Amino acid sequence: MLHAVLSAATEGGETHSPVIPELYDILWSSVCFVIILIFFWKYVLPRVQKMLDERGEAIEGNIAKADEAQRKAEAALEEYTAQLADARAEAGAIRETAREDGKKIVAEAKETAVVEAARVTSSAQAQIEAERQSALVSLRSEVGTIAIDLASGVIGESLTDDQKAQAVVDRFLADLEASEKAAAGETK
Amino acid sequence: MFVVARAELHAPKQEIALLANALNLLVPMSTNDGEFHGPSIDEFFPGALFFEDTPFEINRIMLVRFVAVVALLLVFWLGTRHLRIVPGRFQSLVEMGLDLVRVNIAEDLLGKKDGRRFLPILTTMFFMILFMNITGVVPFLNIAGTSVIGVPLVLAIVAYVTFIYAGVKKSPKNFFKNSLFPSGVPWPVYIIVTPIELISTFVIRPITLTLRLMMNMIVGHLLLVLFFAATQFFVFSLGGWWTLVGAGTLAFGLAFTLFEILVAVLQAYVFALLTAVYIQLAVAEEH
Repeated sequence: MLHAVLSAATEGGETHSPVIPELYDILWSSVCFVIILIFFWKYVLPRVQKMLDERGEAIEGNIAKADEAQRKAEAALEEYTAQLADARAEAGAIRETAREDGKKIVAEAKETAVVEAARVTSSAQAQIEAERQSALVSLRSEVGTIAIDLASGVIGESLTDDQKAQAVVDRFLADLEASEKAAAGETK
Repeated sequence: MFVVARAELHAPKQEIALLANALNLLVPMSTNDGEFHGPSIDEFFPGALFFEDTPFEINRIMLVRFVAVVALLLVFWLGTRHLRIVPGRFQSLVEMGLDLVRVNIAEDLLGKKDGRRFLPILTTMFFMILFMNITGVVPFLNIAGTSVIGVPLVLAIVAYVTFIYAGVKKSPKNFFKNSLFPSGVPWPVYIIVTPIELISTFVIRPITLTLRLMMNMIVGHLLLVLFFAATQFFVFSLGGWWTLVGAGTLAFGLAFTLFEILVAVLQAYVFALLTAVYIQLAVAEEH
């Protein structure tokens, strides 16, 4: 080994010291350094810093978003509960109103029915009365004629004189009514 | 002798020294064609490929550095091209690397504000050293871009200028007072302490930064070359039972390849960390 190194050294002529820098060595080292420095300084690190900031913001943003969502959910739940209570109350009120309305309708119907019944009854009575009156009038005239005919036949003379005939009829009817009243008084 | 001595000096294990001795014994036995080619310091000064004898000379190691720079730009360009808030697999990996510097070095030592100020320098140092170190174990490149003094020296000068700039910008009076006249010392002691502080702060720091990185890479490379050259020599030049020894040296070579990956990361980390520490000491109110 000794020989090899010695021979190599003598063949090489000049020997280099590793601690004495060559100019080209310094030059190219500086070039490399400057390139890498600019690359990191102007390209890599700003991008990474920006990304890290964004990541921090994203994490904070997500937490805030989650809080917001929870708050919203709670608010929605409260609102829903309130609406549900309102709806229940409203339903109760509607039911109550309906019940009262129903009662009122039934009462009104009843009243109407009673009034109608009364009206029907009274009109029926009035009609009956009218019928009776008309029957009475026609009966009176017919009975008068028959009675006069009969009497004419019996007495043989015609009671053509209206004044007389009328007087006879009236007397007859008065008798008849008196007898009827007497009969009615007996039956009572 | 120089190489062997260096290998012995830096080898952490006794085996290496023994192996080197064994190799020395073996040299006379080898024939001319199967001669053992040990590692030499000349490997760090390969012949020029372009622009020979100009300040723009490019040799193999300069090309290796360019490859490392291109790889670095490519990785970080691809990794940060479409940054997403929810990262994919590759982006996570790139972010992890950047976070190592940003969180564990810059923000831990310098705090949020100063950490962000000096982050570009620290990130550049860490990844430039890492990528240029790692070329030492990449097949066909096989030499660290940082194993020649240029890169370590330039980066050490950058660190030196940066921490002095940081201190002077913050408060020139405080900076020089803290650096040269540490508080809590009776004044006659300054006669001794101040020259020591002056040398250690303004002379030793850049030198140690440079040499620590460069020597680690040089020795790492020499060790790997030694193991693999020995394997080649044992298996193909000697053959026979020597093949078993060759298998042993190959195993060591593989183990040290893994070790070199660790060293590559570690040295990059140490360099960036020490720079951050120097900046921190420079901007500190009192220490």
